Amino acid sequence: MAKGTNDAKLLIQSLRKAYAATPTSLKIIDLYVVYAVATALIQVAYMAMVGSFPFNSFLSGVLSCVGTAVLAVCLRIQVNKDNKEFKDLPPERAFADFVLCNLVLHLVIMNFLG
Amino acid sequence: MATSKVEGSSSLRHAFGGVLSVFILFLIGVVAFSIRLFSVIKYESVIHEFDPYFNYRVTQFLSKNGIYDFWNWFDDRTWYPLGRVIGGTVYPGLTLTAGTMWKLANSLNIPLSVETVCVFTAPIFSAFAAWATYLLTKEVKGPGAGITAAAILAMVPSYISRSVAGSYDNEAVAIFALIFTFYLYIKTLNTGSLFYATLNSLAYFYMVCSWGGYTFIINLIPMHVLLCIVTGRYSSRLYIAYAPLVVLGTLLAALVPVVGFNAVMTSEHFGSFLVFIIIHVVALVYYIKGILTPRLFKVATTLVLTVGIAVCAVVVAILVALVASSPTKGWSGRSLSLLDPTYASKYIPIIASVSEHQPPTWPSYFMDINVLAFLVPAGIVACFLPLSDASSFAVLYLVTSVYFSGVMVRLMLVLAPAACIMSGIALSEAFGVLTRSMKFHITKYFECSHTEAPAKLGESTSTESSAPLENMTKSDTTEKPEVARKEKVARRKQKKEKELTENAHVKPVSAKKERRPLVLPLEASIVSVFLLIVLGGLYVLHCVWAAAEAYSAPSIVLTSHSHDGLHVFDDFREAYAWLRHNTEVDDKVASWWDYGYQTTAMANRTVIVDNNTWNNTHIATVGTAMSSPEKAAWEIFNSLDVKYVLVVFGGLVGYPSDDINKFLWMVRIGGGVFPHIKEADYLKDGQYRVDAQATHTMLNCLMYKLSYYRFVETDGKGFDRVRRYEIGKKHFKLTHFEEVFTTHHWMVRIYKLKPQKNRIRGKSRKSKLGSKSTSSKSGGMTHKNPWN
Repeated sequence: MAKGTNDAKLLIQSLRKAYAATPTSLKIIDLYVVYAVATALIQVAYMAMVGSFPFNSFLSGVLSCVGTAVLAVCLRIQVNKDNKEFKDLPPERAFADFVLCNLVLHLVIMNFLG
Repeated sequence: MATSKVEGSSSLRHAFGGVLSVFILFLIGVVAFSIRLFSVIKYESVIHEFDPYFNYRVTQFLSKNGIYDFWNWFDDRTWYPLGRVIGGTVYPGLTLTAGTMWKLANSLNIPLSVETVCVFTAPIFSAFAAWATYLLTKEVKGPGAGITAAAILAMVPSYISRSVAGSYDNEAVAIFALIFTFYLYIKTLNTGSLFYATLNSLAYFYMVCSWGGYTFIINLIPMHVLLCIVTGRYSSRLYIAYAPLVVLGTLLAALVPVVGFNAVMTSEHFGSFLVFIIIHVVALVYYIKGILTPRLFKVATTLVLTVGIAVCAVVVAILVALVASSPTKGWSGRSLSLLDPTYASKYIPIIASVSEHQPPTWPSYFMDINVLAFLVPAGIVACFLPLSDASSFAVLYLVTSVYFSGVMVRLMLVLAPAACIMSGIALSEAFGVLTRSMKFHITKYFECSHTEAPAKLGESTSTESSAPLENMTKSDTTEKPEVARKEKVARRKQKKEKELTENAHVKPVSAKKERRPLVLPLEASIVSVFLLIVLGGLYVLHCVWAAAEAYSAPSIVLTSHSHDGLHVFDDFREAYAWLRHNTEVDDKVASWWDYGYQTTAMANRTVIVDNNTWNNTHIATVGTAMSSPEKAAWEIFNSLDVKYVLVVFGGLVGYPSDDINKFLWMVRIGGGVFPHIKEADYLKDGQYRVDAQATHTMLNCLMYKLSYYRFVETDGKGFDRVRRYEIGKKHFKLTHFEEVFTTHHWMVRIYKLKPQKNRIRGKSRKSKLGSKSTSSKSGGMTHKNPWN
């Protein structure tokens, strides 16, 4: 048991150390993802409290948060310099794709929001 | 100098190849368009069958009233007195596409009528589908395979059957959307570009708009992602291809009114959500694996697993409880009948009664995809050499569509693109190897004669062979004996072959991953190429024959060849025109549900039931009326405000799809809802008969009377040409209906409900009066008639 907790502590420490080594731009994207997921969870909690009556609004709210989180993760994948598959993709192009996809997503959301 | 010359000539060859392939693709589009025009040439530019008439009517409404009225349209001229919310129950893709094309053409001052646009939508989109197949197969294997697959798809009979000129149905547009969505998915998977992922979601949206078969896409793609993860092919491109599609795709699917909240609540979509969660877990695992040492990673896994399994068990338990609480486990009836083929016949007789929903027979495979049936296994093998994400997708698509085509003959249509892709790959690989062999031998021959290499070389080339290739099906039969003989020789000679090929400076035309060129003997290659070309020719011949003879019938106009020339049966349109011109605008017409769409579109009258078959009880009501004796049927029809009854009768000319042949379904569906209709009452020795042996109930039911009224006057004996015997009851009068119109060949007969008599003559006047006053109240009369 003690070894278990020791191992867990060691694990968390090494995770922290490894994560601290990532570049700042990626950390900003990660923060954005965390923010989006947190917003989605808050919306789900709110729905659990007040009921799901305008279901399309609930759905569009939650899916917009989840959608931007997913798109931000895709951006992070494409911009990460450690990723060998995307080494000849300019980060501006990755960001432009991200913006375009977000535009389409939010257009659909605005339509579905009711 | 030599290298730049070689480069210049190779770039010129590339340019020439590019122009040639564009020209070939254009020709393929022209072929796809023209092969579907047989019905227009043989008959006329008319809309076929039943469902297209509904789509045509909706497109007419859209073109006349604009899109906002279309979205909010409540149709009160069908399913009287219930009506139908068209805006919320129709897949709008087809009508919006045709409406847009019509508007575009008219704004350019090309005066096309709505009917012309509707008739020719399907051939135009089949040309687009051929081009989409080229793009998809190019992503899977290469441009050569792409062109072959496109050429095959342009002509495959299974696709032609649902997209001839005049077949204005959802599949005309949906198959193009299906192939295009798959192409964009594979393109995203190959390039990892978020731009293509966006386009993929938009193409998926177009597919959702067009056809209920979109559930195939949203279940096949997660299956493929799962397959990639399980076989260790997870990559970040897979994440980019899948995750945005799920989120955007679900939202876009929920936008379409027909789907609405079903996009998140029905079991058809749960697969995609489950794989969405799985791919996130896998991505996280790979990420953590990347930043931790192996020992710590093991610790992490044990920790996560213990916690994760506990959470998973709870979540799965909740989900299972939710799903099991619904009687169909959350699936819709149609999807359930696909997964369990016996479901429909047990529980939903309407789905079982549609002929398109029956399983196909073996000959129909050969009729519909012909030569492809045995090129497909060769293609599957070719996909495994080498296996990539895209080729694994093609194999998965093929396997699932083969299963579904075995369940329902209508879904042979989904098998057609998969079979074409596989056959294109197989043929292209075969041609590649054969032409490479020929080129190798011919250049060797010229090298020998020019460079005066030792005679040994010449001998060894003529007797050399190679390891047999498994993907030669047709050519296998011609060269198997030679290859088997020469295998031992090959083992010894392979090393020599390597030297020879290096010396001869032959650049193999094959893909970059080729280890050594696999060549076959020259004579075998030439014979095989010739045989493959003959095979292709036979395929083309079959496709053109199928398109011309089998699949071009508009089924609203029938023809027959007799000794005095061609005879045309235009009875349906004659009857609808009579209805249109000789009845009031608000009159209601009752018929079996097959003719509902045509009646509303061509006769412009309100109908009781139509082909949408969304309300089983209403159809059972009409079925019960057709199976009841005259008085009871009159009561039922009168309660529905029906003025005219329409029956289709083929006994005079031998038209087999008439209402008497469909009668068993009227009894079954009616009996399913109203228990006083018992099928056994109509059967004699387990068969439906209308001759002298028939049961009393059968000879007195409304369908029999309306079909055979005055039939004996035609030939004096009442010989029914479809059933091939004389009818049972020959001379009878109708008491509650009167005949108002019978078409030229007696194929459509229209009757009018006689109004109730004002006074009743005869001895039973008192009791009749008494019973009449009670019937006007809402009390029950006899339990036989549930409407009073």
